[in-house]
Amino acid sequence: MSTFTESAATALQLITSFDPGLLAIVGRSLAVSATACALACGAGLVLGAWLGVARFAGRNAVLTLLNTLLAIPSVVIGLVVYLLLSRSGPLGHLGWLFNFQAMVLAQALLVLPVSTALTRQVIEDAEQTHGEQLRSLGAGTALRGLLLAWDERYALLTMLMASFGRAISEVGAVMIVGGNIDGFTRVMTTAIALETSKGDLPLALALGLILLGVVLVLNALIALVRRWREHVEGHANGVSAVARALA
Amino acid sequence: MNPLFDLQAASVSFGPVHALADVNLRIGSGESVALVGANGSGKSTLLRLLHGLQRPTAGQCACDAGARQAMLFQRPFMLRTSARNNVALALWLRGTPWQAAKEQALRALERVELADKARRPARTLSGGQQQRLAMARAWALQPDVLMLDEPTASLDPHAKREVEQLMAEFASGAQRQDGRPVTVIFASHNLGQVKRLATRVIYLEQGRVQADLPVQEFFDVERLRAVSSTAHLFVKGEQV
Repeated sequence: MSTFTESAATALQLITSFDPGLLAIVGRSLAVSATACALACGAGLVLGAWLGVARFAGRNAVLTLLNTLLAIPSVVIGLVVYLLLSRSGPLGHLGWLFNFQAMVLAQALLVLPVSTALTRQVIEDAEQTHGEQLRSLGAGTALRGLLLAWDERYALLTMLMASFGRAISEVGAVMIVGGNIDGFTRVMTTAIALETSKGDLPLALALGLILLGVVLVLNALIALVRRWREHVEGHANGVSAVARALA
Repeated sequence: MNPLFDLQAASVSFGPVHALADVNLRIGSGESVALVGANGSGKSTLLRLLHGLQRPTAGQCACDAGARQAMLFQRPFMLRTSARNNVALALWLRGTPWQAAKEQALRALERVELADKARRPARTLSGGQQQRLAMARAWALQPDVLMLDEPTASLDPHAKREVEQLMAEFASGAQRQDGRPVTVIFASHNLGQVKRLATRVIYLEQGRVQADLPVQEFFDVERLRAVSSTAHLFVKGEQV
């Protein structure tokens, strides 16, 4: 327990003193995960929206595959990306291995099934309730998917949160394709793993606390946006209810 | 004159459930047709079939390809945007450029006396206002055929009257820029509404058309009894 409290105190000191080494790792982590998330969520949104409204032969097989990919271990993604980007691999000529791009690609592939599956579920539910009316207005499959995605944008914030959480907290894929190179590809999770194995618990704990803090802040922001929307719509509903009662 | 809709032995089945069975029907331009029947009798399925949202699983459903259609649902779906944008979107989906669509949307809102709510989020409007907004959306499309699936079922009496008035204006052509009457086909449980708005009544039971009569004859008990052994009981029950 004393080791923990001592480590925690040192960790807080590192955080409050804005340790440059610590900040560099945190900044890199955020950059990699945010870029991967932006790419994967953009693609997952379009793909998930389409899957939510489209009906085609083999759709169930696609959904089964998608759900299977949700549980894929990050080390497997890391291995696949490693094989793709290694010198003898099909994308070896890009020279991305042990670089920022390799980590982004690995995390994006890891997050893509999450963003696609969650979007698909939200849009499919909306399609069942409202799809017919949009069809009646003349919206085709692709447009219906996009309109419903736009309409469900607040519900899809959860998808964004889950995707970012999956990306920033994974360690296996970035360790394999990034190599955990100090000052270059070291991110929070790989640094935590390394420092723990070295016995440098304060730095590991400091990084852990920051990781937790980042996810907490993001979650709080999304909750705020949702509450604000509920407040605006609820208030307006209240106003119209009062107006009706007075009429 | 060719009918707008021509159904020949049209059936719709959902697995073992026969929602519509052997329906033969012709609906001409300018008619105001009410579809009545108990819950699950096939009214909504018939409307969806006529509107093209449902294909017949047997038989034929031919419709005049040149006729513009619009449909109103019991609970109209409004996107999470302003009332004006909701109307404009319907126009945009039919090919009107966005700016022109927004201008036309405002005119449509004026038509249903919702111009002052143009900027309000559509979902914050009351049920009756949302149904009028749906009417504005339909009006903006200038349809030849307007279909309504129990449009006043969940509305209070005041809102009901407003929607009925708009329906009557549609049927008379007052809501069209060229003044041509619009063919109105609506499903309803409200027999008073049917009397006020319909020129023809189709009674459905378990997916089959049991009676198809001009409105005066439908409410003539002896005439109705001669056509269907059950329709008059439905009318009696609904009027109690």
